Amino acid sequence: MRLEPRTDTPLALRLLAPVGAVVAALALCALLVAWTGAPVLRAYGLLFEGAVGSRFALTETLTRATPLILTGLAAAVAFRAKLWNIGAEGQLYMGALAAVVVGGGMLDLPAWALIPVVMIAGMAAGGVTLLGPAMLKVRFGVDEVVTTLLLNFVVLLLVSMLLEGPLKDPMGMGWPQSAPVAEAAELPKLVERTRLHAGLTIALGLSVLLWLVDTRTIWGYENRAVGANPRAAAFAGMPVTRIMLRTALLSGGLAGLAGAAEVCGLKGYLTLDLSPGFGYSGIVVAMLAQLHPIGVVGAALFIAGIFVGADAMSRAMPVPNYIADVLVAASLLCMLVAGLLARYRLRRG
Amino acid sequence: MDFLSIILDILLSAAFWTAVLRIATPYVLGTLGELLCERAGVLNLGIEGIMTLGAMAGWMAVYQGADLWTGVLVAAACGALLGLLHAALTVPLGLSQHVTGIGVTLLGTSLSYFVYRLVLPQASTPPTIEPFQPLALPGALAQTPLTYLAFLLVAVVAYVLYRTPVGLAVRMVGENPAAAEAQGLNVTAIRVGAVMAGSALMALAGAFLTLSAFNAFFFNMVNGRGWICIALVVFASWRPGKAMLGALLFAVFDALQLRLQQASGGVLPYQLFLMMPYLLSILALVLVARRASYPRALMIPYRKGER
Repeated sequence: MRLEPRTDTPLALRLLAPVGAVVAALALCALLVAWTGAPVLRAYGLLFEGAVGSRFALTETLTRATPLILTGLAAAVAFRAKLWNIGAEGQLYMGALAAVVVGGGMLDLPAWALIPVVMIAGMAAGGVTLLGPAMLKVRFGVDEVVTTLLLNFVVLLLVSMLLEGPLKDPMGMGWPQSAPVAEAAELPKLVERTRLHAGLTIALGLSVLLWLVDTRTIWGYENRAVGANPRAAAFAGMPVTRIMLRTALLSGGLAGLAGAAEVCGLKGYLTLDLSPGFGYSGIVVAMLAQLHPIGVVGAALFIAGIFVGADAMSRAMPVPNYIADVLVAASLLCMLVAGLLARYRLRRG
Repeated sequence: MDFLSIILDILLSAAFWTAVLRIATPYVLGTLGELLCERAGVLNLGIEGIMTLGAMAGWMAVYQGADLWTGVLVAAACGALLGLLHAALTVPLGLSQHVTGIGVTLLGTSLSYFVYRLVLPQASTPPTIEPFQPLALPGALAQTPLTYLAFLLVAVVAYVLYRTPVGLAVRMVGENPAAAEAQGLNVTAIRVGAVMAGSALMALAGAFLTLSAFNAFFFNMVNGRGWICIALVVFASWRPGKAMLGALLFAVFDALQLRLQQASGGVLPYQLFLMMPYLLSILALVLVARRASYPRALMIPYRKGER
């Protein structure tokens, strides 16, 4: 028995792989749920209900999916070019930081002008944060995995420092949080009396846009070529370094936008618990989507549903809501195997 | 008092060097573990999660009534199991070592938190255990047994890697697996074994935190130490002795920033000092990047008969 690469992976298999991975992850985590003594099927039933069972649940899942789509796209575009950006968490916080600085009343603009300015500021801050590690990679050959990971901690400390210092809200009752952004910088709500905001529209628009860029433009072609084989791309006359840095700006920018959208659409101000690991979950989203921009939307909805549903489930049962994080991690590992099975086939002999 | 004399005062105190050895211990163990994996050609980004699981499992075993050394063994066994998972996916299956490692970290971390919360549903202040006590030795030598074990393991790993057939085999599969195969060595088995042993060492680093340095398990307590170990391996150019020196040097800076933080009396924000270890690691990577001599088969999966 040996593994043999397929020359061509049928579309059905590519779609089946994430489904199979998710089913496998759910089955594995059922063991953990059973260990807690809770009835497994009822637990998963409650999880499902909590994620999509009501209008409220549905809008909560969509709200949670918004930053995940953006961090998922951030990971997808970077991984495509074999730029291992594990620093989306830090880039997200840099974007959020830029949003509260720029959107905090220093510009007196109407909403139609201020919102784009704040979002672009968030993107720029996130992009520049990844540009550093990317430059170190292309200039000195420093592995970007470790530098982006380490920068996550530096950024969180920077945010903490600013929130206890110059950015601290004087009306914040002593909590380390920033002053709220100006009303004109707030993203409009998509559905009245829910938390769902226009960040979702931006995220969905960007995933379609990125898919078009990816499949229909020279830009996308160059990105894919550099990811597939940088040496061959260089021989074909492509400016590999510039494409790498461009990808870094885009990837970091998407993560930064996630932070800016969370601040302006959901929280209104910046705290140190803005993101419960959206940057890291984004990696899982991208892998489940097999780095496809449209697939990212579906994967983000799934992961968001797991988190929202697990919160609801753990309120009704003695199952800690960390089961969601275990499920997400298990999905990633199962997806890697499923992706392999889809790309290879078993051959006897 | 000027800045230099403050530093001199710190460097001359025995308490400072006691702290250095204590701070260095998890870095020594973690770096040694990562080094072993990478020498066999497998990057193990699961380190952060393996350390977290080691910290939780070791502590939990002792909290449930086991003695401290049993706790250490439980931690090592849990680490080896996660290592087996990482190795199974990256060695025979040849999956991306980057992404698998991140997955193992996510799994180890979330599993630790899940189990901890399951056993202790509403512990607002973390319950404590009776940790390892420092040996009754003078000055900086008054360390807990795990610190001594860590430095002993440096010698053991160095000896095994450079003076035994097993070590030669490990280095060989990390440099040239095809040649190792031609020698009749089983590349897959050696790589899996090295990753499991290395992961057990990483879990020991985590267990040191809950069984020696502190007496309780906190969320986020590993706090990037694993990632710093990965930087230290590169800094040490994959040599156990240099890894120990790197970890010690790093601990000197870390202990120094803690004391300077106290000495500065809040003039500078404390976060600036806390950033130093991470920035220092990045700086170390940049400094050695040009002349880093990676194990030649690092991150390259090996399949029989394929080139």
